[in-house]
Parts: sequence; C-alpha cells; structure tokens
Amino acid sequence: MNSLRLARSRPGPAFTVTFDGREIEALPGWTVAAALWAAGITSWRTTRHEGRPRGILCGIGVCFDCLVTVNDRPNQRACLVPARPGDVIRTQEGTGHAD
Amino acid sequence: MSERLTCDVVVVGAGMVGAACALYAARAGLDVALVDRGPVAGGTTGAGEGNLLVSDKEPGPELQLALFSLGLWAELAKELGPAVEYEAKGGVVVAAAPEGLTALGDFAAGQRAAGVTTVEVAADRLHDVEPYLAPGLAGGVLYPQDCQVMPALAAAHLVRASGARLLSGRTVTEVLRTPRGTVLGVRTDRGVIHAPAVVNAAGTWGGELAATAGVRLPVLPRRGFVLVTEPLPRRVRHKVYAADYVADVASDSAALHTSPVVEGTAAGPVLIGASRERVGFDRSFSLPAVRALAAGATRLFPFLERVRAMRSYLGFRPYLPDHLPAIGADPRVPGLFHACGHEGAGIGLAPGTGHLIARLLSGGVPELDLAPFRPERFEREAR
Repeated sequence: MNSLRLARSRPGPAFTVTFDGREIEALPGWTVAAALWAAGITSWRTTRHEGRPRGILCGIGVCFDCLVTVNDRPNQRACLVPARPGDVIRTQEGTGHAD
Repeated sequence: MSERLTCDVVVVGAGMVGAACALYAARAGLDVALVDRGPVAGGTTGAGEGNLLVSDKEPGPELQLALFSLGLWAELAKELGPAVEYEAKGGVVVAAAPEGLTALGDFAAGQRAAGVTTVEVAADRLHDVEPYLAPGLAGGVLYPQDCQVMPALAAAHLVRASGARLLSGRTVTEVLRTPRGTVLGVRTDRGVIHAPAVVNAAGTWGGELAATAGVRLPVLPRRGFVLVTEPLPRRVRHKVYAADYVADVASDSAALHTSPVVEGTAAGPVLIGASRERVGFDRSFSLPAVRALAAGATRLFPFLERVRAMRSYLGFRPYLPDHLPAIGADPRVPGLFHACGHEGAGIGLAPGTGHLIARLLSGGVPELDLAPFRPERFEREAR
C-alpha cells in the first residue's frame, strides 16, 4: 500500500530536483535522502580512501554516512537537508572538495 | 559464571592509560584483568584529539616522561602504526606578534636543552611549512617530534595486543583490603576479582576510585570542547597552535580559556581545540566555548571561514592541582598503584606510564624518577 495513503497524508504538489543531471520528483517536506530513496537511489557518496558506495545508515543525522553535495555544497547530511524545488544534487566523491 | 576471578593485577579503567598499563604488565609476564564500567575508550580517551606532544611541555618531569613515552610510541607504531592512525607529523607553534615570538623562542631554547628537537621558522618561511596559515604572523617553531594517533583505536588495539582479560561494562565499587590495609582485589557490581595489585587508571574518575580504597587523590575534571569540520583534503599538515596555548595549559583558573589548536586527521576532518574550564562534570553544550574555538581557528587558518563545522564533542581532562599525573605505588595502601591525572596529555604519556607501572609491578626499578608523580604528594595540603 502507498505510504502516503496509509498515513492519510495530503502533501502539496510535487516538484523536481536533479540527481547527477537526472530529474527526480520530490514532495514538500521530504529530505534529500527521502527524494533519492523514493527514486530508487540508495547510494550517493563514495568513501574517501577506498571509493566504496554510501547512502543512508542511521537516517537521523548522527552518523554522517549519507553526506552528499547539494547545490555545489559538499558534506551535507542527506537525511537532514530538506529537498527544495530545483535542487542540484550530485554524487559526492571523497571529501567533495577538489584539490 | 565460569570465569576465573583471580589474577596478578586488576587495572581499573580501559582508556589509553589503562590499556598501556595492561599491555606492559602482560608483557612483563603478569596475568592482567582490565575492568571498566563502560566500553574501551569510553571516557576522556574517546573525547580527545590523540596528541603525542613535547611542544607544549616545559622542561621538567612531565617533559621527561613525554620523551620517554614518545620513544615507546614509535615502537608501538611499528607494530600497530596504520591501525591506530599513527602520524609523525610534527607540531608548529606560531606567534602573532614579535613579543610573543621572543617568549616562544626562549621557551623553545629551554626545551632544546632538555632534549627536544626544535626548528625556528621565520615569518617568510611559515607558508612553506603550512601553506594555508594566515598572513602576517611573526614566526614560529617547528617541533618534528610531535605525533598524533586516533586515540580510541589506539586504546582498543593496545588492549587487544595485551591479551588481558577485558571486563567492560563492569563497575568497580570498592578496592578491597585486608584488615591491615593491603590490597586484596576489587569488588564490582558483578562479583569480586581477587588480585594482590590494583592499578588506578580511572582517569578523571581516579579520585573516586582512590576514595574507595580510603585514600585521597584530588583529581578534578577540566572540560574541553573539540569542533570537527567536514572532511577536507589535507590542508593542515601539522598540529598548529598559537603560542598562548602553553600558558592556558599551565593556568589554574576555573574560567573559560580558549586558544586555537588546529590539526588535520587521517580521516579528513580538521579538529579544532582547545578550551579549558572547570565546571565539574557538566556535559551541556557551550556556545561561547565553541564560538571562541571557531574564531581562534579562523584567525590562524582563514580558509576555515568557508568550511562547515559538522559537530563538536566534549570531554573531561583529569586534572591534578600541580598539573602532573599520579604515577606509582601508593604507600598508604600496599598493592595500590596509581596511573591517572594526566590532564590533556594522557594519550602521549600513556605508554611511558604503563611501562613504569609494569616495572613497579614486577619488582624492577623504573626508568624515570617517580618522585614528582608521587600519588600521596597532596596529603600535606589537605591538613
């Protein structure tokens, strides 16, 4: 069953964000992580030393595993940052800072 | 429980110092039990930066212990180096103004005479050493011997290497003594452990443990915050701090003191310290302390202004009134040994402390004169 219907939620109209250039849909109130998950994306960062995939672990802002680059700003916790119309979300490699 | 609850020595406290005591005691052939009410590195060890410093120490017994300990760390690094993120990266102390630089130069000259390697860095060479430092500083001193480890990993690996029986999640409630006052072992919330020797490596809580043995050891908590940035490429190469840090470490004031201490880590985040205040075991967040840390760090490294701080943590340094640890046998309670009160230097001083304690436990002569660290030295002032 659709979880929105289950919770009798009636969110505002959907909007679009992009992930690595691809358009995905999000609903008001979703975090970046929620939007990515809803689009079937579970990994959006690679680890600094071994390049391993990372996504959500704790989901509540504690573990810093879900770091992602949003609107050119790296190291944001996807599980805490609200998704906003037009957000440009990109896979974060390593520290997310060029050097 | 089928566990044999008798051993040669009980080490109380599974922080860095307890882990080092367990390691060297085990290597001296003793059967060791390591007991902690929490997990390994659950207290001050897990709340520090992992500094192994000589740069902040004036000539004297603590510096001698630090130099001895650094040699042992270098040996441990050969066994465990990458696993504990050991980095012989060096420290850089900078002075903002010419007067500060003169004082720093004098301080370094004294350290040099005591066996510390120091390299003066002129103002126009500072950026060769640390490219992202603020412009306009008066100069600095490079201390190549300063190192860093990741303290929680270091404690855990030392415990593992020791082979000691680790009893975590078990609280020692009393040091047990015979009617004549000699140590019999410890009582815990889950039974008694018999041993003829007990090592108090309970850090900031060492005073409480000593009290259960009927002796006074005035360890007080000195709170410090560390601010953690987002992970960055290596931009801060050394441990870098302002010359006034040394004065803050030596201060006796209870009020908030902060002086910027900035360092990169193997994992990427930059750690920013250091604050000191005596507020008991208050774990609440302090915006004034953390704000002062951020301001001080951006004065040293302006690029940090555009870097996000991700979190902060705090810990309680075990502070004794004369800023020296308590290391050695307690003549008031035969069989009780203390290895606590290392303030903010416990990670660096741990192997030396553990080595000295192991020597005492096995009846040998310690490599250093332990008189300055005598645990009963505060008796007189109490009366």
